[in-house]
Amino acid sequence: MTSTEPLISIRRITKRFPGVVALDGVSIDVAPGELHAVVGENGAGKSTLMKCLCGVIADFEGEIRLDGRTVHFRNTTDAEAAGIGIIHQELNLVGQLSAAANIFLGREKTHGLGLLNDRAMAADAAELLRQLECEVHPGQLVRDLRVGDQQLVEIAKALSLRAGVLIMDEPTSALTETEVQRLFRVIERLRGRGVTILYISHKMDEVFRLADRITVLRDGRLVDTLDRRQTDARRVTHLMVGREIAASSASGSSADGEVVLEVRNLSLPRPGHAQKWQLRDVNLRLHRGEILGIAGLMGAGRTELLECLFGASPETPQGTILLEGREVAFAHPAAALKAGVALVAEDRKRLGVFANLNVGQNVTMGTLDRVAVGGLISPKRERAAALGPIEQLDVKTAGLAAPITSLSGGNQQKAIIGRWLLTRPKVLLLDDPTRGVDVGAKAELYRLMDDLCREGLGIIVTSSELPELLTLCDRILVLCEGHPTGQLTRAEATEHRIMELATQRPGVE
Amino acid sequence: MSASTKNRTAGDSAESSSIWQSKWFDTASRFLALIAVFSFFAIMVKEGKFYTARNLENILRQSAVYATAALGMTMVIITAGIDLSVGSVIALTVVVIAWMLNIHWDVIPVGGGETEVVFLIHQWPVLVPILAVLVALLMATLAGLLNGTTLVGQRLVPFIVTLGTMGIFRGVAKLIAHEKDIYPQEDTWIADIMDPTLTSVDPSRSWMLLPPGVWLLLIAAVGAALLLRYTRLGRHIYAVGSNAETARLCGVPVGRTKILVYTLAGFFGGLAGLMQFSIAGGIGAPTTAVAYELHIIAAVVIGGASFSGGEGSILGSFIGALIIAVLYMGCQLMLWPKSVQEIVIGVIIIQAVALDQFRRRRMALS
Repeated sequence: MTSTEPLISIRRITKRFPGVVALDGVSIDVAPGELHAVVGENGAGKSTLMKCLCGVIADFEGEIRLDGRTVHFRNTTDAEAAGIGIIHQELNLVGQLSAAANIFLGREKTHGLGLLNDRAMAADAAELLRQLECEVHPGQLVRDLRVGDQQLVEIAKALSLRAGVLIMDEPTSALTETEVQRLFRVIERLRGRGVTILYISHKMDEVFRLADRITVLRDGRLVDTLDRRQTDARRVTHLMVGREIAASSASGSSADGEVVLEVRNLSLPRPGHAQKWQLRDVNLRLHRGEILGIAGLMGAGRTELLECLFGASPETPQGTILLEGREVAFAHPAAALKAGVALVAEDRKRLGVFANLNVGQNVTMGTLDRVAVGGLISPKRERAAALGPIEQLDVKTAGLAAPITSLSGGNQQKAIIGRWLLTRPKVLLLDDPTRGVDVGAKAELYRLMDDLCREGLGIIVTSSELPELLTLCDRILVLCEGHPTGQLTRAEATEHRIMELATQRPGVE
Repeated sequence: MSASTKNRTAGDSAESSSIWQSKWFDTASRFLALIAVFSFFAIMVKEGKFYTARNLENILRQSAVYATAALGMTMVIITAGIDLSVGSVIALTVVVIAWMLNIHWDVIPVGGGETEVVFLIHQWPVLVPILAVLVALLMATLAGLLNGTTLVGQRLVPFIVTLGTMGIFRGVAKLIAHEKDIYPQEDTWIADIMDPTLTSVDPSRSWMLLPPGVWLLLIAAVGAALLLRYTRLGRHIYAVGSNAETARLCGVPVGRTKILVYTLAGFFGGLAGLMQFSIAGGIGAPTTAVAYELHIIAAVVIGGASFSGGEGSILGSFIGALIIAVLYMGCQLMLWPKSVQEIVIGVIIIQAVALDQFRRRRMALS
């Protein structure tokens, strides 16, 4: 493969943002038809490099050669014309338009007078989607689709451009295990057609499953490009972080503490929908010092379950929730907070961060009553309160007054967990807490959870990555379409067993 | 993820790296803009007519109405809302004041009633203007409360609700005034609160330094700034505007915060109405303050607030109101026709915000 002329040749690209060098003389050759993985921690420059390659960033030093010719993309349209398509991590789709309309957005097919030829677009879209084994109807609105299907619509869009090069920026970060498997099949099929793929990820299992070659970036510099067959995950991880990561050994105390939270026959109706229940007859018990995992595919009701326990669900749940033996019914998150339940929600950008506020203000938002005297916030008390978790969780920030958006994803997440720890919860609910967090920060979060449950906290955690649940949890409750399909202890749980339960369709009502 | 956001720092404390990114500098740059606009007219208007004491005082008096209403509008816009009804609230206040001032002449004829209130009014006519102010402010506050409860209770967009109440409050004002201007039978102190002091023909007013209405504005502004900076409600206002969903998860009573904000906006609209009553010569005209909401919104936006919420400051809006007033006064003294004035000011509002955004983007990158 290395003998052939490179299809894409990236020559000493440097990209400076004011005050920082995001890319520092990076050179990569990509052979035609290969799947080239680009890995690195958050902030390593992976996304910046891809943006240079697909025309999003037009002013950089260095050159890009495509098929031996130097190219200058002034914008994404130029790059698309040259056959380079990109699937962004945050999908670029218009929710209010149909799948077909999205695929042909900006290149609509028309009849003679400029009228839209919807039928032709729908037919072509249907054909593209079929090739991707996507069961989406071209007329469906994109906002009604699941994330995995939305992503396939993006891929279909890139295919409709006849892209010879496809850049995928952490495509599995929001997918469930089945969707990931389907994506991998799609990728294999694309490779069969000779599409060259640049695959950005920091998940070792994916990279080693898919890639021909692996390029490692760190702090904007090229570390190395390796042949997959001549390296292993441990070595690549080492190159990524520049240090060895101790295999996460969160043992969990698994001490049989007293029951802190008990849920009996919890059901959450879904008004006006064929599937009547978002959750049906969920039972669970959480002990002090225990980590309980909730596993399930996307749409299984993981997030909904946590929302119910926090009083944040749009509909009122049915059933009984006992907190330390006393029955509770939270009408508003404020009530749950007061009773000692805290929720770190799933989507950090949408449900975690106040982008306009600084780090300190973000941390104290859940506990203003404690830093305020008669409605007046005492800056001194607020500072003292915020410093506690910032130091305890080792949040790397320029200070309490720094904007929260200046922090890396992992540190933002730690600041938000700090916000909830300040409420001194008895039960901590973590909804996919390591999503979009880099490897090093993940390990820190694991350690943190371990410490917290040693201190007697009960933790319920969900994750879109099964191995994570397997290392963290004392017990794992598996949901499928809102129904509990099984509960596994640490000894019983395997990836295989969980997937079985997660796909075991409960009897249709 | 990207390096551009990763290295962004714009703290406002000693921990911050650069003075150019501090909030202090942000406000200072707005102040510089005000000075620039002022200097322009100071040079362009012939014979130094622009920077006479009289004109300076006029600018202050003019800007007071906008600035006072802008206090509430700032809070509303920080919550990512909008209040289009404030001009009508000002008109309603003006009309209610005039109507109340005539209460013992028209509404309750002398010797016509026996209740205690009527008795009090006839015994102590000095109570009448006080009562007029209190009732008018109460009406304005209730108008704001109606905005808040409607948009929270019926889950409507603020734009729609206040677009509706803009008409409703104006209609109520006209209804009270029977579609005519109300002329109070007696001159009261309310009509004088915005009258010139230092440049007044009456030397007995000069000890006040500034018109009482301007003092009132300053006190209200300090109060509003402290509320936003140091109270839980203030923090909740920023939180709701920055991310309402997350605020809810943090236990913030989002609905109640919004209702309070619109109620406060009504109250500040009432205070502005009080000033407008004096500026308009102590007449209760239901057609006064038309399109004021647009000037007020412009002042807040020039002051650095963002329609997407979470950003804005009282000092910024205050400077914004002064800029608008200087522009109007300057254009008038340039003897430009009204049509030209409107075009010039429109262009300046757009370009001011464009410049501000450009500057912020640059800041975000550095």
